[in-house]
Parts: sequence; C-alpha cells; structure tokens
Amino acid sequence: MSDPMAEIRASFFIECEELLESLQDGLQLMDDGDTDSETINIVFRAVHSIKGGAGAFGLDDLVHFAHRFETAMDEVRAGRFSPDAEAIRLFFACADILADLVRAARDGDQVDDGITGPVLENLDKLVGLEEEEEEDLDFTPATLSLDFGDGGTLPDLPELPDVSALPSTDAADDALPALDMPVPAPDTDIPPMAEPECKGFSVKFKPEDALYASGNEPLYLFRALRDLGDISVICHCEDLPQLDSLNPDTGHLSWDMTIHTEEPEQAVREVFEFVDGLCLLEINALTGDQDGTSSSEHTPISPAPEISPPPQVETAPSLPENAASTRVDAAKPSATKDTTKKLGEAKDEQSTQAKAAATPTQPRATVRVDLERIDRLVNLVGELVINQAMLSQSVAEAGLPPNSPVSTGLEEFLQLTRDIQESVMMIRAQPIKSLFQRMGRIVREASASVGKEVRLRTDGENTEVDKTVIERLADPLTHMIRNAVDHGLESTEKRLEAGKSREGHVTLTAQHRSGRIVIEVTDDGGGINRERVKEKAIQKGLIPADAQLSDSDIDNLLFLPGFSTAAEVSNLSGRGVGMDVVKSSIQALGGRINITSQEGKGTTFSISLPLTLAVLDGMVVRVAGETLVVPLNAILETLTLTDEDLTALGPETHVVQIRGGFVPLLDLGAELGYRTPQDSYVGGTVLLIGQEDGNRAALAVDSIEDQRQVVIKGLEGSYGRVPGIAAATILGDGQIALILDPTDLVGQATGRTRVRQPQQLLVG
Amino acid sequence: MSLEVLAVDDSRTMRDMLNLALSSAGFTAHLAEDGIHGLEVLKDLNPDVIITDINMPRMDGFGFINAVRAEPKWSRIPILVLTTESAAELKAKARSAGATGWIVKPFDPAKLVKALQMVAG
Repeated sequence: MSDPMAEIRASFFIECEELLESLQDGLQLMDDGDTDSETINIVFRAVHSIKGGAGAFGLDDLVHFAHRFETAMDEVRAGRFSPDAEAIRLFFACADILADLVRAARDGDQVDDGITGPVLENLDKLVGLEEEEEEDLDFTPATLSLDFGDGGTLPDLPELPDVSALPSTDAADDALPALDMPVPAPDTDIPPMAEPECKGFSVKFKPEDALYASGNEPLYLFRALRDLGDISVICHCEDLPQLDSLNPDTGHLSWDMTIHTEEPEQAVREVFEFVDGLCLLEINALTGDQDGTSSSEHTPISPAPEISPPPQVETAPSLPENAASTRVDAAKPSATKDTTKKLGEAKDEQSTQAKAAATPTQPRATVRVDLERIDRLVNLVGELVINQAMLSQSVAEAGLPPNSPVSTGLEEFLQLTRDIQESVMMIRAQPIKSLFQRMGRIVREASASVGKEVRLRTDGENTEVDKTVIERLADPLTHMIRNAVDHGLESTEKRLEAGKSREGHVTLTAQHRSGRIVIEVTDDGGGINRERVKEKAIQKGLIPADAQLSDSDIDNLLFLPGFSTAAEVSNLSGRGVGMDVVKSSIQALGGRINITSQEGKGTTFSISLPLTLAVLDGMVVRVAGETLVVPLNAILETLTLTDEDLTALGPETHVVQIRGGFVPLLDLGAELGYRTPQDSYVGGTVLLIGQEDGNRAALAVDSIEDQRQVVIKGLEGSYGRVPGIAAATILGDGQIALILDPTDLVGQATGRTRVRQPQQLLVG
Repeated sequence: MSLEVLAVDDSRTMRDMLNLALSSAGFTAHLAEDGIHGLEVLKDLNPDVIITDINMPRMDGFGFINAVRAEPKWSRIPILVLTTESAAELKAKARSAGATGWIVKPFDPAKLVKALQMVAG
C-alpha cells in the first residue's frame, strides 16, 4: 500500500496479460477469416492499451515496439491494408514479441534486438510503411513519476487556485508553473515568437457559438492567462441584444485583453489551444505605447476582488446558463456552493460509486484477492470437511435413527459442506485458456522450425482448472505440443502423398469428465509407427527382442526414460526432455497420461488430472497398527499374495510374480520403520504401485480399509520434507493419517536395496 | 477547488492512474470502463468535468461524447479526451463530437490538473 505507483505497475502487468490474451483471440479470429471491424479493433485496442500503459511507466522498448505494431494495425483498421495469411502470421509473431517485451519489462529483463528488429522491418514492409524515424513518433513517452510516498499528495502539484481566493492571485501565480498545456500540438502551425523586448501581448478574443457548445468557458481561459502574468480585460457587450430577442445559444460577447508577461507567445497560444478554431483570436506583441495597464478603461482582473462583470451580463444570459451563473456569482460564491455540495454529497457519492461498481451491465466485475487469502480459505474449508466427517462418524456411532432430526440436519450439512468446498475450489480455478494460448505460440514456432504447415485448434478453453495445475502443466504440455508438431505430423510431402490436407492439425481440448480434467493433444499425423518403436526399444535394450507386446504396450514404450523415436534427434524436441519427464510431471500433479494412436490417422495423448490439488482420492490402508493413505492414482491394482506368487531372492528380498513378470516386494511397515520385515507375506495384501519410469513395485500392507477423498494437509511447513511421505490428512474419526508418496518411497527403497529391476518387466 | 471528475477509460491501468492523479489533487474521481458504463455512472452524477478515452469497446469515446452532449442537462459539462496521439484529425474529430479539449497520454499529473482547471475552473 505504501507505493501506489508500484501497485498500479503490478496491476498494469496483470492487465497486459489479459490484453495479450484478447490480442491472441483477435488474431486467431482474423486468421480464421473474420474481417469484422470490431475484431480488428480488439486487436488494435489491445496493442494500443499496452502502449499507453507502458508509456506511463517509461518502458521505452515496449512503447516503441507497440507503437509500430499499432501503426500497422491502424492501417488494417483504416482499411488501407488487408492482411493475408502471411501478414497474420507476422502479426502473431509481433504478438509473441510483444508478450516477451511485456514480461521482460515486468521482470526487468531485456529482449534481444536481433529478434524484434527483423520482425519490425517485415511489418513495415508488409504494411507499406516506411520505417519511421524516431523523431516521427508523435507519441512521446513521458514517464509518469509520482512520488506519493508518505502523505498521499502530489508534492509537485501546484496549489490549486481557489476561486474564492481569487484576489490573492500573486500566491497562485507563484505556485503555478508556466502554463505548459498538454503537449505542444504539432499540427498547430505557430511560428516561434521570441522577441526578447516583448513584455506582453494584446489579445482579441471573440468566441463563436461552437466554443460554448464544446463546453469551453472563457472565464477559465482568462484565469489560465492570469497565471502567465498581470492581465486586464475589457468585455465588449455592445452586440448584446434586448432580452426578449436574446438567443441563449448564441454568444454575443467579445473581449480585449492585455497581458504582461515574460512568457513567449506560444504560452499564450497554448491557453487557447482547446478553443483554437472556435473563436476569433488575435494575439499581438505589445509595443511600448500599447501598454494596457496604463489604460484606465480596462478592467483589471487581478487586483479586483471579483471579476466585475458588466451589469448586462446579469440580465442577459447570452452565455450558456450554467456558465452564466458561475459568472454572475463571480466565482466566489460558486466555489463555496461547490464545497458545501461536496460535503453534503460525500456520503451519496460513496453509495453512487458502490452502485456504479455493482451495475450488472459492467463488462466483468472482478475483485482481486491475494492468493494467500484464498489458500487460507481453502485450508479452512478443508478443516470444515474434516469436521463434518468427524461429526458424521460420531452421529453414526451414537446409533441415531436415520430419520432423526440430527441425521437429516447432518445430511444437509454434508451437502452444504460439499457445495462450499466446490465453490472455494472454484475461486482458485482459472480458465485454461491462457495456457492454450501459449501453446499457439509453441505451434507457430515449432512448425516454422521444422518447416511444416500446422494449425492449432483448441476446444474447451473455458474449462476451469486449479491455478497451480495450470502453471505446472505448461512445461509438459509444451513438450507434448512440440512432439506433436515434430514427430506426430508428417512432412507436407508425405501428407499430400497420403491424400491429406497440406496443413497438419494439432488439436488441444480440455473438458471436465467425472470429477477430473481431461486434456487431450491430438495430431492428424501418421500415427505411431509401432514397428519402428519396437525396433528402437529392442535396439536400446529396453525390451527383449522376442517380447510379445500389444499395440498399447508399444505405445507406452514412448514413456520410457531416454526413448526417442526420431531417427535423428531434431533440434526441436531433442532437448533432453523425453515423454518420461512429461509423464512424471503429470503424475506429480496426481494425473495420468495415456496414448491412443491409429496408424495413418494420428495420435492422441490424453491427460487426466484431479480438479484440485487440495483434495486427493486415496486408499486408506492399515499397516503395523498405523493408518496410511495411498494416492489412488499411483495404485495399478491390489492383490492377495499366494505362495506361488512369491519368490525369495534373499533373506529380506522378495519378488512378486505378476502375469509372468517379477516385481519387487516392499513391506510398507518395514520401509517406514514401523516393524521389521515379516517372515512370510503369503496371504497378505499388496498394492501394485506404478512408477513414473514404468517400473512397478508391490507394497505389502496389512489391510485395505476404505477408499475416499481426503483433504491434503502439508507437512513441510512443520517438519520439512519427510522421505516417502507426501502430506498428511485427518480422517473422519479425527485420526491423523500420513499420505504416502509412493514414487519417492519405492525409489528410495529400491535404491537402497539395490534390487535391479528386470527390464522385461517394464511392460505389462 | 475540488472538482468532481468522471473518468472513462477501458484500460484498468489508465483508470488506476487517473484515479491516483485525481484523488491526489484533491478531486473526486468517478471511474467507468467504457462509454455505456460512463453514461450509466453519469445518471447519478453531476460531475464538473469528464475525461474520456477514445478507443473503447461497446461505446467509444466519440459515441460517448455525442450521447452526453445530446442530453440537455449534460450538454455543457466540459469533456477532455484522452489520446495517445496528438494527431490533428483526432482532435478535430473529438471536437466535432463535442469535446472541450484533450489530454495526451501518458499524461503528467500536473498537466492533467492544469487542463482540468482550464476547462472546469
């Protein structure tokens, strides 16, 4: 709160992200053939607004790029240039660079000129604009520097002339800097008048009716002039008609003024900038004998306590009514009136503002809330869910009949709790759109780098996903998209040979499905070449040469560490990140990933994710008298061990035979130090855990209690990271249970016991 | 003298800045997001001066000025147009729509205040 400008700056960058989003949307529409002027306007406006804000913060790189981009878009907007596909591609590239510049400005980084330069050149060439010289920029970034530091007032701000204190002009004059109105208008053709001997000007001023119609008020102009120096004014009211023939919309007054000032004529002209063309205006430098102050017929403004209006003014409302009243009141009373009005209305204003804020037609009413506060709320709701579960259990144990008021009340409580939980989770949820838009750029860059024509289609961008999930999905999704462009889609020639469209398609969809988010990346490429995948896997020693694998087994080989199908690693996907890393990132989010592929038709990668990271589907198990929760997504299957299943490799090392493969057996109780390894596990229950590297392990437990949703309570805040443990939860009976991190646990255990996992067991 | 100002701009950043500059100068700032919103806000207000952006969704600045001028009780309210360019045609267009004057963005708060005083006392 201490620095309002810093806050506005932060909010500017948030707004930029939104603007970049609508920029992408607009360009996408244009790319799809939309030539609607509002679409073009959206694009223009986005760039324009970014430029506007950037200018205020002195972000010059951003301003200059945005300005050029805006200029090009303005050509489109004005209908002077109709963009073709190539132009729109370039616009997309500009949008990408603009996004880079925004983020660079936000993070204090730099964007390489080598990237922006060529794009800008192309842009200017394309739109047929000569490269603008810096001087030609009529947009001059003027950094806004407000030092609101302590008092919340503008220190440099001139004291506002209080109209009621009109006579004491000297103070106001001193406080007000030379009038330096908006920006010297380059279009007003004013010769620089710098006559050193000139000590003032005579001004003839006759407003036309249009001056009043535009809301201008001569009085204020005189006041502004007064700030330049001593001024005397003569009002000509000879033209004023009789009251009965007076037209209130017609001005009849004109003024002659003499102003004594050291300021140049430019300063005087600037006072009349707004009324230029709306009045007869003559400004002449004073010569000695013209010195107006000596003239007794002048009515000096400054020394007089009031702007003494000629009496006629009072009776002749030749001026606009409200202006006239101000005038008749001779400023002083009007100010007092205003002040009292302000005081009296202060309350009303607040309610007006509140009303305005709540107006339903407002585009999108949003409240910005600190993420921390939301997380606190999420946490509290977690507590509520636990509390409710405990209460339910107590009620059940008390043996109350199901139709008792307590039971029915509890039922409602249960429903409400669920609703509240969902609503709170929704606060953290965001449309996945921002993520999808980033993928648009990935596709553009990837397709350019491998020389394929690719179009990204998206569907379900408004599907809402937890903010953290969105953030952590960016990397795996980027990799998958690159993969789809690089490996999934065939080259243009091959596509044409196969009778497909020249342009390859990558489709990105998101949808809610049975309490989870399903994101699919589909390409219409050649599908997985299973022969080659298998060959490669054998060659790499990942599977035995005689392995009998189903199609889906082969497809899943792609998730093995270090697997790469490209004959030579391309500079695009071959960045040392394989699908194995993608899979582990997805699993870390509690998700699963699947592949389906059809030869000649394409491949679909399907990611299924929990809606939130705050709750988890877990299996409640008992081992060595302890209750533990194992995340459901890690469990492939559960089984009861028979004698035949078990093979002892050593005194403490067993493997379980599952459908012809061997899986190491881990005693969960022993791994967590609850007990020493058992002599026999025959008849025991094991959970088959799927590892992200494709390996599996069997976890021996005593019994399976339940399968339920649990609220995740972090442990790291209190205990630091505990190996093998992901978090904790509170069960319905109030008992605290640890949530396992099976991957970590198995990884540690297998690392310690050095059980080398037989490679042929990888696929199952 | 404290002025009551209605500022209309679709950019949140710009609204924040106007609000800051205006309230720091002791003015009362009312904010609206576009022309239509501006007209709604105006219904319950009698501002001393209006500041409006030009390029806005739904109803742009020209449309807004026209609508304000068309209503007799608002027809004399001074209106300053916020513009990034000081292009002559833009000013001419703003004026023919009924604007009183203009402020070039990015604005210097002191100049903004000065311009407001010029049109509204």
